[in-house]
Amino acid sequence: MSVKPEGSPKPAVRSRLTFSEQMRHFPWWAVIMIAGLAIAFVAMMGNPQYREALNFIVRPPTSTEMAFGIEVRNGLMMTLVTTIVAYLIALIFGLLLGVMRVSKNPILFHASTLYVELMRGVPMLVLIIWIGFVVVPFLRLQAGDAFPLTNVQGAILGLGFGYAAYLAEVYRSGIESISHGQMEAARSLGMGYVQSMRYVILPQAIRRVVPPLANDLVALLKDSALVSVVAVPEILQMARLYVSRTFRAFEGYNSAAFLYLVLTLAFIIVVRLIERRWRSNA
Amino acid sequence: MPDPIIRVVELHKHFGRVSALNGVNLEVQQGQVVVIIGPSGSGKSTLLRCINHLEKPTHGHVFIEGVDLEAKSTNINKMRTEIGMVFQQFNLFPHLTVLNNITLAQKVVRKRGKEEREQVARQLLERVGIPEKADAYPGQLSGGQQQRVAIARALAMNPKIMLFDEPTSALDPEMITEVLDVMQDLAQTGMTMVCVTHEMGFAKAAANRIIFMDQGLIVEDTTPTDLYENPQHERTRLFLSKILH
Repeated sequence: MSVKPEGSPKPAVRSRLTFSEQMRHFPWWAVIMIAGLAIAFVAMMGNPQYREALNFIVRPPTSTEMAFGIEVRNGLMMTLVTTIVAYLIALIFGLLLGVMRVSKNPILFHASTLYVELMRGVPMLVLIIWIGFVVVPFLRLQAGDAFPLTNVQGAILGLGFGYAAYLAEVYRSGIESISHGQMEAARSLGMGYVQSMRYVILPQAIRRVVPPLANDLVALLKDSALVSVVAVPEILQMARLYVSRTFRAFEGYNSAAFLYLVLTLAFIIVVRLIERRWRSNA
Repeated sequence: MPDPIIRVVELHKHFGRVSALNGVNLEVQQGQVVVIIGPSGSGKSTLLRCINHLEKPTHGHVFIEGVDLEAKSTNINKMRTEIGMVFQQFNLFPHLTVLNNITLAQKVVRKRGKEEREQVARQLLERVGIPEKADAYPGQLSGGQQQRVAIARALAMNPKIMLFDEPTSALDPEMITEVLDVMQDLAQTGMTMVCVTHEMGFAKAAANRIIFMDQGLIVEDTTPTDLYENPQHERTRLFLSKILH
């Protein structure tokens, strides 16, 4: 503790904020959004057509669908399963690609760069349509009934492996942001390249990219709507089915937008909490 | 004379068009403490980094205990465990505690058990004078403390040679002594040391050899007293007049 000259004011534990600063820091946007969604929900519940539309998405009359051993009963759940499975694939495969992208080995470097640029060079929508209507049918034709992937699973894998290319670049930038001296220090102790990556570089790099990785989770949640084009029964697809049966586009698509907003808001709040925690721990 | 522990033969290093080393020859005997001085860009850091192969020489060879680092059959990771290095910027691992900084390589390279490696680490922290900082993170330490941890981390591998690359250049003046004291103690234990430093007090007190480098070549190779009292070259005289005030 430094000794302060007598009479000097005590340092404030927490600096006082002006009223406008307090207003700036308070998450008004979230309050307004939550209030708006709550009002919308009450209004929708009071309207039999909206009730029917939401019910159709969240409790569809159709049979359940299996995705990777998970029994998916409704559109909301299908969106969540799609998002989480695709995100896990992207997290793990993206890390592998990211490490390959900084490798000095020409094969690893060019193979990963080719993959990343191919995946990023094709719109996600085109990629999903291509996997759903070209790759999966072709493989099924070749392998016959033994082919283990359903259309739904193919689309989810496509989303995951497509996103892996984006996450790979996030990981790569994280690895490159770690000072070169860290690798040199590890190597000077006799650790090999792989050991140095594993114990010194990646733990620091991954910590640094947690916020952008979490942001991509929200982006992936929204992009999960793309798999509706290959008839994966998630929120948007169920809304489209509802609209095609009833011709009530207003109710159907408003309900879909409402459900997406609820999900993204929940995800964003979780992401902000994670970010805040990482920032204070860093 | 016995075989030198470090032998550098006709070492050249070019970075693109810039040449950092232009044919350096050097032999260091076991137990010698060598200080390398020279103006910025004279190649002294590059020479040091070639000795543990952090830089790959363009031409020439480095032999450690007779083993050629350039040879394809040489296991460079194994050689590096014999050569500790201390960096100007400390390069501690910021995500690990002080204790884990010192135990990590013992675990993954030396395969020592938890109890043994922690005991080694605590003894070394005692030796560098900061046993109470075992559970602190590098970011919570002063520069001088960080550099002492870095020395302990290198010593934990039981190296035969210690390289110091301007270990006090990034430190506030009042922290330089605490690091130099540790280095001087180490010199007294008979450790072979090669230090790039401009700390002339340390050179006089601890070194038995001082090398002056300029433009990628060794200009003078003598004892510290000789160099100050009787520099042989004009370039050396000029350099000394600038750093000794």
